[in-house]
Amino acid sequence: MRRRDFLTATLGLSAAAVTGQAWSAPATDQRFLVIFLRGGYDAVNVVIPTYSDFYYQSRPTIAIARPDPANPNAALPLDNDWSLHPALKDSIYPLWQKKQIAFVPFAGTDDMTRSHFETQDTIELGQLVAGPRDYRSGFMARLAGQLSGSRPIAFTSQPPLTFHGQTAVPNISVASVNKPGVDDRQARLIEQMYKGQALQAAVDEGFAVRDKAYSALAGEMIAANRNAVSPSGFELAARRVARLMKTDYNLAFMDVGGWDTHVNQGGATGVLADRIGQLGRGLAGLADEMGPDVWSKTTVVVLSEFGRTFKENGDKGTDHGHGSVYWVLGGSVRGGRMAGDQVRLAADTLNDRRDLRVLSSYRSICADLVSRRFGLTQANIDRVFPGETLRSFSLT
Amino acid sequence: MVARQTQLVLAAALIAGSAPGGAFAASTPDVAPLVDRVTWGDTSQSVAEAERLGPERWLKQQLHPSAQAALPAPVQAQIDALRISTTPVAKLVVDMDAQGKAAGKLQDPAERQAAQSAYQKAMYDLRQQAASRSLLRDLYSPNQLQEQMTWFWFNHFNVQADKRDIRAMVGDYEDQAIRPHALGKFKDLLKAADLHPAMLRYLDNDQNAVGHINENYAREILELHTMGVGSGYSQQDVEQMARVLTGVGVSLNPDPPKLKPQQQGFYVRRGLMEFNPARHDFGEKVVLGRKISGTGLSEFESTLDALARQPATAKHISTKLALYFIGDAPPALVDKMSATFLRSDGDIAETLNTLFHSDAFRASLGRKVKDPVHYVVSAVRLAYDGRPIANTGPMRGWIDRLGQSLYGRETPDGYPLEDTAWSGPGQLTAIFELARQIGSGSSGLFKPDGGEDQPAFPQLQNALYYARTKDHLSPQTQTALAQAKSPAEWNTFFLSSPEFLHR
Repeated sequence: MRRRDFLTATLGLSAAAVTGQAWSAPATDQRFLVIFLRGGYDAVNVVIPTYSDFYYQSRPTIAIARPDPANPNAALPLDNDWSLHPALKDSIYPLWQKKQIAFVPFAGTDDMTRSHFETQDTIELGQLVAGPRDYRSGFMARLAGQLSGSRPIAFTSQPPLTFHGQTAVPNISVASVNKPGVDDRQARLIEQMYKGQALQAAVDEGFAVRDKAYSALAGEMIAANRNAVSPSGFELAARRVARLMKTDYNLAFMDVGGWDTHVNQGGATGVLADRIGQLGRGLAGLADEMGPDVWSKTTVVVLSEFGRTFKENGDKGTDHGHGSVYWVLGGSVRGGRMAGDQVRLAADTLNDRRDLRVLSSYRSICADLVSRRFGLTQANIDRVFPGETLRSFSLT
Repeated sequence: MVARQTQLVLAAALIAGSAPGGAFAASTPDVAPLVDRVTWGDTSQSVAEAERLGPERWLKQQLHPSAQAALPAPVQAQIDALRISTTPVAKLVVDMDAQGKAAGKLQDPAERQAAQSAYQKAMYDLRQQAASRSLLRDLYSPNQLQEQMTWFWFNHFNVQADKRDIRAMVGDYEDQAIRPHALGKFKDLLKAADLHPAMLRYLDNDQNAVGHINENYAREILELHTMGVGSGYSQQDVEQMARVLTGVGVSLNPDPPKLKPQQQGFYVRRGLMEFNPARHDFGEKVVLGRKISGTGLSEFESTLDALARQPATAKHISTKLALYFIGDAPPALVDKMSATFLRSDGDIAETLNTLFHSDAFRASLGRKVKDPVHYVVSAVRLAYDGRPIANTGPMRGWIDRLGQSLYGRETPDGYPLEDTAWSGPGQLTAIFELARQIGSGSSGLFKPDGGEDQPAFPQLQNALYYARTKDHLSPQTQTALAQAKSPAEWNTFFLSSPEFLHR
C-alpha cells in the first residue's frame, strides 16, 4: 500500500468516527512478539518430516535419524509424520508436551526471488508482492496503529523495516545495556536542540526507552549472581526481552541471524544444531522469565524469509528455497499440534522440484493471531495486511 | 565530452554569478557544506583547499585524484610499519595457515592452547591493521573522495573478515581490489573484487565445482554486485551462472594440481586465486540469453564484462551511489546517472560527476544523516584538525559500538545506506553517549601501542567553528551550547547537535 492510500484510509475512517482513535481495538494486556530468523533457516532439518523416505533420499549426509529412544541423535516425535531436532530436547520439546507450541509447515511468502534481502523486506513490509512497495510502511507499524494503548518496541540495534511508519518506534539492543553516561540535565538539553527537527521524536523516544530499560534490567545483576551460570548470547537477550515485555512493551520485534547454511551445516550436531539449540534455550528462557501469568498472555511467532532446498547441495549444505516451518508459541496457544494445510512430500509436490510449497502465508497466520489476541476485525486487518481475508488456523 | 560540458556550464555560472544547471559557481559563498559531503568531514585545511581552487577545480581533483598525493609523514610511517604493508598477501596467508596447522598439531594441551591463541591473536591483528590503515587514510588522505568510495565499494562488494582465513586477506582486498578502481571503470572493479580470494572464500565459491554445484556466489553477483534483484534474471540464469563459476577458487599450495594434459592449458594462477579446470564445468551455458561455450576462466571474466554493461547494472549502481551521497534516489537523477554510466563504459568518476552537479545533490547538502563511520571519522577530523593521531583503536571501538564495524557486516548486502537505518531512537542515544566520550578527552587516540600517551584535547571551538559553523547553528543549538558548564560538556552538546549529526 502506498503511504498516501494509508493516510486516506485512516482519515476517511477518522472522519466517519467521532474521534481519531474510535476505530481502534480495545486496549488489552496481550503481548505479541515476532522473532525473525534472518538467513533462511533450514526448516526441514529442525521440524523434520521423518515419515518421508523422500526426505532421507534427498539428504544423504545431513538428515536427522527417525525417532529412536535408544539414539540420542535421533529426532523427537511430534506426531505421526513430523519430529523435532534433538538439540531442542530440553527447551522446546517440553513446551510441545505442555501444548504451548504449534508448528506451521509449508509457511512463507509468495515472493519467488529467493533473495534473502528482498524476501525479508517482503515480510517486514507485509504488503502485497504485486505492486509497488512503500518502504515507509511496515506491517508492525501498521498493527501498532490499529491498537489503542500499543507500546511497540524493536529489540534490534538498528530500527527494522517492519516498524517503519509515521511514528518513531523505539529500538534497543538488549545485548548491551549499560548505565548511561549522558545525565538527565544533558539529555534535556540535547532534546531541546531537536525541537522541531525531523529527528525530534526519535531523540525523545531514545532517552525514554534508555531509562526504562536501565531500570527494568537493574535487578538483573542481583538475580544473576544467585545462579551458578548466567545466561549469555541469545538466551540472555531473550530473558531481557521477557523482562521488558512484562513491564513496559506489548508489541515487539527481534531478529536472530546466522542461518544461511550453504556449506557443512551438520545434522544432529554441528553448526545448525548449535544455532537451533541456542534459539530453543532462549525461547524457553523467555517463557520462564515471563512467569506463567504473563506467558499465558503472550504470543510469539518465529519466522524466516524462506526455507532451503529440499535436497542437500554438493557441499553438505542447502541453498535458498521457498516454504518454511513457522513456530507459534505462548502460554495459551493451542499447541502440541501441526497447524495449517499440508501436502505429502514427494518430488512432484515440491515447488519448482526444489523446495517446499507455501500453503500458509505469513500474512494470514499473523492476521489470524493478532485479530484473536487483540480483538481486531476484518476492517482493522484491511489496514495491517491490505487484501488479506481472515481465516482460522485454530492457534488460539 | 562531459568535461567540456562542465566547463561550459561553469562559464555560464560565472557570467550569471549564480549556479544554474547544477555547476558550482566559483564564488560559492560557502564551500564547507560541499566539502563536508565529498570528504570524510570538514577540516580547516580541506575547506581552505577547496576555497583556494574553487569548487569546480577542487571537485575535479577529487574525482581524478593524483597518485602522488601524500599522507603526512608520521601517518605514512605508521602504515609502513604494519605487517600487512611489509609482507605480500600470498605469503601472509600461507604463513598464517602454517602457523594455525602447527598449533593444532601440538601434543601438550597447554602448549597447543597457547599456540592457538597466539594464532588467533595474529589473525585478529591482521584485520585490525587493515582497519587502521583504512581509517588513517580516511582521516588524512588528500584524496578524500577516493577514500569515501573505497568504503562504499567495499560495502558494495562486502566480505566479512571473520569467516575462515579472510582476516589475512581483507587488507589486500581493500587495498588492491577495491581502492585502485574506486573512481575508475566499474568493469575493472567488478573483476578485481569478484576474482579476489577474499570474495571467493566469503561466498563459498572455492567449494563450487562441477557435480558439486553451490549457487550462493552466482546469485549474489547478479543480485548484489551487478543487476539488482527483480531486474530480469531468472532462477535458470542463477543456475547457469553457478556453472560458469565452477573451478574458480583459492589455493595456498605453491604447486598446480595434477591435471590431464588437455586441461593444463586452461589452468590459471594469480596469487592465491586459482582456476582449476578439473573442477570446472566446460559444458555450454546460457546466461541472460548469452551463449557461453566452455573456455575456462574467460567464461567468468567475459560474463562479468557483459553484466557490467547491462542497463539494470547501471541503474542499480546509480541508485546506490545516490543513496550513499544524498540519502535518496530520485528516478530522474538515477536515469541521468545511468545514462552517464552506460555512455562512459561504466566510468565511476563520470557517473559521480553527474550526481554532484544535480539539483538534488545541492539541495541535500547538510541533510544526510551520518552513518557511524562518517560520524566517528568526521568527529576526529574536526576535533584534532589535522594533527595526526597515534592509535586508531578508540575509533574502531566507537564504530563497533555504533554497529558498523569495518569488515564486520556478516551478510553480503553490506550495511544499509538509507538515513532511516542510522537514526532510530536506540542509535541516537548511542551516538549521544559517544559524543560525550569523544568530547571529553583524547581517549587514547594519541597513545601509540606500547608508548606514552601524548597530551591532547578535542578542540571543536576552533578557527573553522568561528569562521564557518557558528553562524549557521540553529537558535536551539546555540542555546544548549551556551548552557555548557565545561569545554567537555560543550563538545558533548556540539557533537550531539543536529548540525553535526548531518552532513
